[in-house]
Amino acid sequence: MDLNVSIKKKLRDFTLDVAFRVRDEVFALFGASGCGKSITLKCIAGIETPDCGSITLNGRTLYDSAKNINLPPQARRVGYLFQNYALFPNMTVAQNITFAATGDKLSKLKQNIERFQLHGLENAYPNQLSGGQSQRVAIARVLASHAEFLLLDEPFSALDSYLKWQLELELAELLKHYGGAILVTHDRSEVFRLSNKVAVLHDGHISEIDSTQELFLNPKTLQAAILTGCKVSRARKVAADTVLAVDWNQTLHADNVPDDFNFVAVRAPLPNRQHFDDNIFFLRD
Amino acid sequence: MQPLIITIKTAAVATVITFFVGITLAYLVCKLKRGKSILDAVIMLPMVLPPTVVGFFLLLIFGKRSALGQFLLQFDITFVFTWKAAVIAAVVVSLPLMYRTTRGAFELIDPNIIAAAQTLGISDWNIFWHILIPNAKSGILAGVVLSFTRAMGEFGATIMFAGNVPGKTQTLSTAIYAAVQANDFDLATKWATILAALSLIFIAAINYRLASNRRTS
Repeated sequence: MDLNVSIKKKLRDFTLDVAFRVRDEVFALFGASGCGKSITLKCIAGIETPDCGSITLNGRTLYDSAKNINLPPQARRVGYLFQNYALFPNMTVAQNITFAATGDKLSKLKQNIERFQLHGLENAYPNQLSGGQSQRVAIARVLASHAEFLLLDEPFSALDSYLKWQLELELAELLKHYGGAILVTHDRSEVFRLSNKVAVLHDGHISEIDSTQELFLNPKTLQAAILTGCKVSRARKVAADTVLAVDWNQTLHADNVPDDFNFVAVRAPLPNRQHFDDNIFFLRD
Repeated sequence: MQPLIITIKTAAVATVITFFVGITLAYLVCKLKRGKSILDAVIMLPMVLPPTVVGFFLLLIFGKRSALGQFLLQFDITFVFTWKAAVIAAVVVSLPLMYRTTRGAFELIDPNIIAAAQTLGISDWNIFWHILIPNAKSGILAGVVLSFTRAMGEFGATIMFAGNVPGKTQTLSTAIYAAVQANDFDLATKWATILAALSLIFIAAINYRLASNRRTS
């Protein structure tokens, strides 16, 4: 599995300009709402067209502005899981799953009904399903199709927290066995539990790409610190080992205070990082 | 009974044409990236113009003096003051209703559903037949009934373009006009009652159908 993305697209408030590579891993596009995450996914799927750049999947060119290639979404073999699931309302669960299924439709149906515990719902229509059931059908529908790669657009935002927890576990299990996937989300707990690698997206630009571990342990940018849940204050150095956190009106002591920073971020200590210095970060905006 | 038969025949043929043309145009306009509003305005124009003006334009376009009229004449085809003209007039005035209701129904479908179908590899042809049309069914049905009743009641464009030839192009609405002109109020009342009753039945039937759709879904 190898996805290469390097695209630019002018949007209303900013220009989307992103480049990243995804291998056999769950890659999170992490950012606040309106930062360009969803539009990036839509460009990969072919629902939106970038202004320029290139997208390749396993050596196939999906989009290349220089070579004038722009495959229609049908030919990209990229599975897209929509935030609102986008099930076909005029079709039953079974029809939703088999409509786009490739190969032996019946065995794929049986296999997916089994796998996602949809027994007895084969003849139900989407408006008769709960949120969790709808999501399972949507995933089953993607897996029965020809998709080589998964795009997950805020897959849990429409669910209540208990269901979310349960489905996250299911999805995590599934993603372990599936090649690669991109997860778009603004929720740090989803990033932490589901992804291996993270790109922090801010106003259309990637400010940081890191392994998920590293991003949470040592955020290197202000956006990463805020998104991963640190408390942040404007700050300045007042002595070799002392920092004044302006917004909190409080001085902090740390061993290695750099010279060049204007923000300080503090995270509630993780169990294995009790030492205060490990949980304080000096950042520039 | 002739005006009644001619009316129903004209409206039925016109509605079949309007059905296909209207859905096709609605789909095209939805797909268009540029020129959407221009095309929309052209299709909608007959709805806001006085029907006599529509009829007058049709006369100009298909008349013997126009290039198209001359061309058709070579094949011995004339439209003006024929039954075909009544059908054309009915199509032109009822098309905006079919087109607009269908387009509205298409636009009500969640764009994510179409995008999902595309990413799943479903061809545009199959998306049209298996997703767009079934999910726009109510709107299309409403469009058919509105078009049919509009075609049945068409007067201005018909009398300009197809005339009022009894037994050939005289429809209920032109027959009513002729009857009133001839001071035959009994005949006018008869035709008017039939026309009103027919239209009422069609609209009521469709309302019933749409309401039962809503109950089952």
